[in-house]
Amino acid sequence: MINLNINDHFVSVPEGTTVLAAAQKLKISIPTLCNHPDLCVAGNCRVCVVEQRGARTLIASCATPVSEGMDIHTNTLKVRNARKHIVELLLTEHRSDCTKCYKNTKCELQALANEFAFGDTIFLDLVEDHPYTIDRSSPSFIKDDSKCIHCQRCVRTCAELQYISAIAVANKGAHQKISSFHDRPMSHVVCTNCGQCVNRCPTGALVEKTYIDNVWDAIYDPEKHVVVQTAPAVRVALGEDLGYDPGERVTGKMVTALKQLGFDSVLDTDFTADLTIMEEGTELLTRLKKVLVDGDKKTKIPMFTSCSPGWIKFIEHKYPEYLPNLSTCKSPQQMFGALAKTYFAKSKKLDPSKIVSVSVMPCTAKKFEADRPEMRASGYKDIDFVLTTRELAVMIKQAGIDFRVLRPSTYDSVMGDSTGAGVIFGATGGVMEAALRTAYEIVTGREVPFSNLNITPVRGLDGVKEATIKIEGCTDEWKFLEGAELKVAIAHGLINANKIMKRLKQGKAPYHFIEIMACPGGCIGGGGQPIPTSSEIRENRMMAIYSEDEHMVLRKSHENPDVIALYKDFLGKPNSHQAHELLHTHYVERESY
Amino acid sequence: MKNKGLSKVDLIFEKVNPKEVLTKAFKMSGDEIIQQVLASGLKGRGGAGFPTGLKWKYTAAEKSSEKYVVCNADEGEPGTFKDREILDRVSYKVYGGMAIAARAIGAKQGIVYLRGEYKFLLPQLLKELESFHKIINEIGYDFKIRYCMGSGAYICGEESALFESIQGDRGEPRNKPPYPTTSGVFYKPTSINNVETLVTVMMIIKHGAEAFTQLGTKDSRGSKVFSVSGDTPTPGIFELELGMTVLQFVNEFGDGDTKAVQVGGASGFCVPRKKFSDTIIGFEGVPTGGSMKLFNSSRSMYNVLHNYLDFFAEESCGQCTPCRVGCQQLLKGVEKVKKGEAKSTYLNELVKLADTMKVASKCGLGQSVGNAFRTIVENFKEEIIY
Repeated sequence: MINLNINDHFVSVPEGTTVLAAAQKLKISIPTLCNHPDLCVAGNCRVCVVEQRGARTLIASCATPVSEGMDIHTNTLKVRNARKHIVELLLTEHRSDCTKCYKNTKCELQALANEFAFGDTIFLDLVEDHPYTIDRSSPSFIKDDSKCIHCQRCVRTCAELQYISAIAVANKGAHQKISSFHDRPMSHVVCTNCGQCVNRCPTGALVEKTYIDNVWDAIYDPEKHVVVQTAPAVRVALGEDLGYDPGERVTGKMVTALKQLGFDSVLDTDFTADLTIMEEGTELLTRLKKVLVDGDKKTKIPMFTSCSPGWIKFIEHKYPEYLPNLSTCKSPQQMFGALAKTYFAKSKKLDPSKIVSVSVMPCTAKKFEADRPEMRASGYKDIDFVLTTRELAVMIKQAGIDFRVLRPSTYDSVMGDSTGAGVIFGATGGVMEAALRTAYEIVTGREVPFSNLNITPVRGLDGVKEATIKIEGCTDEWKFLEGAELKVAIAHGLINANKIMKRLKQGKAPYHFIEIMACPGGCIGGGGQPIPTSSEIRENRMMAIYSEDEHMVLRKSHENPDVIALYKDFLGKPNSHQAHELLHTHYVERESY
Repeated sequence: MKNKGLSKVDLIFEKVNPKEVLTKAFKMSGDEIIQQVLASGLKGRGGAGFPTGLKWKYTAAEKSSEKYVVCNADEGEPGTFKDREILDRVSYKVYGGMAIAARAIGAKQGIVYLRGEYKFLLPQLLKELESFHKIINEIGYDFKIRYCMGSGAYICGEESALFESIQGDRGEPRNKPPYPTTSGVFYKPTSINNVETLVTVMMIIKHGAEAFTQLGTKDSRGSKVFSVSGDTPTPGIFELELGMTVLQFVNEFGDGDTKAVQVGGASGFCVPRKKFSDTIIGFEGVPTGGSMKLFNSSRSMYNVLHNYLDFFAEESCGQCTPCRVGCQQLLKGVEKVKKGEAKSTYLNELVKLADTMKVASKCGLGQSVGNAFRTIVENFKEEIIY
């Protein structure tokens, strides 16, 4: 243990602790900006400087490990002057159009300015000294260089969590900027649109592209029937933007709010999550049969999940040779979209051209996915607008709805029913667990051999998880799987996805089925979720997801009555011709460099 | 004030037999070498002036099977050109110094990080390196040196940015601690020394620490190579004993009309005429990595300052706020004052900003911008304003 004094208070902390963390232990608050719990230490904004008695300079508390006998002071005149200067300097290179900014009141720089740099500054405005770009090329997010304060959180996120480095530091000195490969627009670089950078940007330099006004226009258009679907992970995070602590389940209130906003039908993506399991589970079993029994060389295993559009774009750019391994299933969002303007329209006797299909997603990549040319199976754009969890919170506030006093209500019918298996799609390992619950039962006629259906080996926040499930007591149709050990793997965060892909290339990944989610923690940590994020927050959301699952009456996708009815009335059976037309897709090889 | 006066020395460029010196060095244990260097009082010749022996002692104390000796030949300080001359004339002594350092700290690999603009020297340097490797082989010591080229960024002369550059990453300074002695290039214990420091070590081993301590003062032992430029009839490279005053220097090199000397380059200090006689060139006065630029009365100190600030605004890595934005503010600020668009008192605010940069910047670059700024603004205020 290392002993030191901070503001004349004694503290003892383990070796390697930063001065900042030691201060936090004493409940002494030091402002920070470039620091982020998910990322490596940068120490570049210098907002957190403190005085170490006897040292020549101030020290960055986030980047300096404690040493024995340190005498730290966090609020001396020297510190205050430097801190004020630093915040003022940051403001001179930041285009402060705060009242119009999407991040207004949620901006970390604004909060610091409020504390340390209010009033007139003596410094000169530098924004117009450098040419800047506001890059709106991505359908998912906007990158506005004029608001960038060079903290490099986005750069570290893209490199450390996602192994993409779509954005990196270019140039030096006054010309230093956060740029892309050859300064190309973000739509033309290897970017997965995952939005993790958006989640960690302290200012309005990286924000999602909003479609709030388009959705309001549709809602107020009397000609249109506006259908909304909500992804599993939204219900366990939306509350954070509306005054609740992380981990609060607000499903019922959210449904009521959506109805009050004026959506004509409030439906659930969990329904198509269940449907995905039927399609993807059947696809997996068919692939296994083709490979193991028929010796088909064209069919590839392991099969990868395909619900995460960030992951899809990652593999399209970086490992296109493995595209045949991707499940052909569309994501639940897109299955929903294809059905909304076909099956749903038919059931409700609606003209599909008059349906506007909106989805609320924990994700920014879903905005890109909805725009893919493949996603027009209904004859129309299957999903018209994608909102993030944050955008929905904005709409609820705009409508003046007092969220806390709302009474819960339930989803509308057809495509509103769901099971616990659909809900857990929102957490890493959830798709795997849901698929196993169903696939095991198809093959053996019995439930998965785990207490209360909780397949715990696939749960949790480890970057890469593995599990083996022995299949015993198969029904006649699936006898070829008798005694087989189904090997599965799960990764979340693209850096972990890359680890699996590297192993696979080296022939060291003997799996049958692999679940990959682009974002840390899965969709609960998605790029469209409330800000801030940290592993603790993600853990709380995850616990809420599993609690939601346990509270459901039905916990297996194949028991979803809406899904059963859908097959009976419309699709026939899983992987039928009609199902393929509407629910399956193909992928494209994209450039890499 | 007592001082040593100005006397020319010939140590750095003195011809020696490398094999002889190295054989002598390798008869000593690593610890004995370190004791010799400590006893000599040698401080780093790159500008920062950290005691070389201490640096080696710390690196030697690290337990690691992989350690490095890095020679910092990224001579980028405006007005410094002595390392170029040293490499051109006596590179074998640089290599020798690296081998001695390797022996001292227990390293088997050396890297010379050569300034991009000195690429023209490389063919000759590599040829001489081959001869050096032969000598080392003959002595039977396991040590190899390789070259790594810089690409023209001033910041890559900062030791940790230099490591990043060698590793193929963007040349940005690291947070310290850990210091290079613990975690340097490839995150291994590293002793990084300036070209001239390494040559000086060679000469300390040859002549002994005691002979070296005969030269210079208590705080600034030995002699040093100076790069003399500006308004002088005799620009060039001169090796001088440390301890002289600026006045003595000006009397030797000035053109009779010297109004200021910039000691230590853009990151150094401006000494005005009135302070020539009581300013010692060395660690007790104004330290320098070798750059000595003389200005006569025909020069505008505003232009000098503007030039330096322009340089820093360009050459900051851009990573930390005080340096990236501070340099731009200082530059733009003096322009405003000059044009009469800001009051002269605005200079006081800028001096305060320079003070913040000195205490809050991440590395030596941002920390030293204030040196030239403060000394020029304080001593030549009228020239900045009018």
